[in-house]
Amino acid sequence: MAQHEQFARRTPLGRVVHLGAARSGTEHFWRQRLTAVANIPLTVAVIVIVMGLFGRNHAAVAKILGSPLVAIIMLLFILSVIYHMWLGMQMIIEDYVHGEPLKLVLLMANTFFSVAVGTTAVFAILNLSFGV
Amino acid sequence: MVETKASAERPLSPHLQIYRPTLTMLMSIAHRITGIGLYFGTLILVWVLIAAASGPNAYAWVQWFLETLFGRLVLFGYTWALLHHMFGGIRHLIWDLGYGFGPAEREWLTVATLAGSVTLTILLWFVGYLLMGRF
Repeated sequence: MAQHEQFARRTPLGRVVHLGAARSGTEHFWRQRLTAVANIPLTVAVIVIVMGLFGRNHAAVAKILGSPLVAIIMLLFILSVIYHMWLGMQMIIEDYVHGEPLKLVLLMANTFFSVAVGTTAVFAILNLSFGV
Repeated sequence: MVETKASAERPLSPHLQIYRPTLTMLMSIAHRITGIGLYFGTLILVWVLIAAASGPNAYAWVQWFLETLFGRLVLFGYTWALLHHMFGGIRHLIWDLGYGFGPAEREWLTVATLAGSVTLTILLWFVGYLLMGRF
């Protein structure tokens, strides 16, 4: 085996899989950008929707949020935003928290929070749509 | 380095306080802080959604909260953080594509991010109050 090549200290598998020290390659970076791009039109749409809710009573708000187009936009917004914020908070924790036990706890808490918030929001929107 | 120290004394890279604060640096920090704010701000959005799904009583509570001064401030901050993070994100996407790195462009983009988020926040709130018939 060529010992003095570039990346000579990597295992043969590591050289083939090419994921680097973080074990996930550029996937995190890419998904953050992907959701960032998706968030732009979705945020604009949600701002318009939310402003349309101002000054309306509960019945009207529930009807608007439950209508198909609004519900679909809200669902896409929630899914994209939750995934984006989960990735972002993970990066912040990895950057600033250096103690291994605390880091693990916070990374778990980040996932729990994101999944809980996302699930609750999705449930609420489906509930408004289907009147379950 | 004049003195020769023990080998364990490794050179440290300069830390934050050694740099002159610049607008681009502040905006970079603001991007993270607004991100953290939005992270917890999703709780308000979820509250509104789950209250709307629960019924008029639960929804009245959200409406009451958002009518209070504290609620208004939180919502105003959330609006600005959302827009600022969005404009900051667009700036980052431009940089990701390899554009806007020149000294003038970089500063211009940064000022545009801040000016855009502040202006649009105020504009949206003005339209919001108009829609609610408060003017």
